[in-house]
Amino acid sequence: MRYAIPLIIFLVIAAFLASRLRGGYDPHRIPSALINKPAPEFQLQELRNPTQTFSPKQMRGKIWLLNVWGSWCVACREEHPFLIALSKSGVIPLYGLNWKDKREDALAVLEEMGDPYVLSVSDFDGRVAIDYGITGAPETYLIDQNGTIRYKEVGQLTPEIMEQKILPMVKGLNK
Amino acid sequence: MKRIGLLLIIFCSLPCLALAKEAKPLSNDPELEKRVMALSEQLRCLVCQNETLAASQADLAQDLRGLIREQMKAGKSDKEIIAFLTDRYGKFILYNPPVDPTTYLLWFGPFVLLLGGLAFLFRYLKQRRELITEQPLSTDERRRAETLLKTAQEKETA
Repeated sequence: MRYAIPLIIFLVIAAFLASRLRGGYDPHRIPSALINKPAPEFQLQELRNPTQTFSPKQMRGKIWLLNVWGSWCVACREEHPFLIALSKSGVIPLYGLNWKDKREDALAVLEEMGDPYVLSVSDFDGRVAIDYGITGAPETYLIDQNGTIRYKEVGQLTPEIMEQKILPMVKGLNK
Repeated sequence: MKRIGLLLIIFCSLPCLALAKEAKPLSNDPELEKRVMALSEQLRCLVCQNETLAASQADLAQDLRGLIREQMKAGKSDKEIIAFLTDRYGKFILYNPPVDPTTYLLWFGPFVLLLGGLAFLFRYLKQRRELITEQPLSTDERRRAETLLKTAQEKETA
């Protein structure tokens, strides 16, 4: 008993530390303050047609994904093939927020790797990104028919996240 | 040793340097800059999470400082700007964690541990004191003590 108590305390601390180190805990996953809040409004020029603008208002009545990306973002390139597959599957419309990028660089990436987005908008000065509480790219928002943010994925979208988290929510929203 | 320390500092700041681009021109108003920096000291950089917004050179931190500067120019108070940022980034952006149910453990945990430690210490000391209380001598021991004392006295008088 005399030696058991320190041992138990040690094991509890070790288990806690191990769970934080190995359990896929990522300190950059900050819980979003915007879940179940209205998606911030903006009006930005379209990447492909700069004379046109796009605003989330136009998406009322639809469930859609807003994916933050940039040509300078390596993880976005890794995510890109899955986004292409997702857009081909047609399960949910995917829109892009091109964050602090040069127009020609962004267009070059879409030229090279394909364009998964219905359209992308250009957030040159990053102000819209701040409105959305973005800390890094890629990040993806699920926005519902009423313009409410339902889910935020920090980091790359994967088939698992799509299957296990996003699609079940979309199903629920469609009811 | 000094060189190693310097190298360590450089290496530790590399991840942030990699995300940094050139600094944006500051405004010419030193009073305003002071206010921007004072407020940034209270906010967390969301990229280099152990740094304040004031200390960070990450791109996002510079954007956020730019935004704070603009809002101050527009006449917003520090409180309004903090509310604006916590609406978007949550309480995580506050470098001084506020006292609320999610941070009770952080704020009061150490005191709970201290009280627990004190309680344990007092119990332990009390137990120990009980162990060393005097016990009356048995008749056998008393007889031996008396003979010892008697022989000592006889020696002294002799």
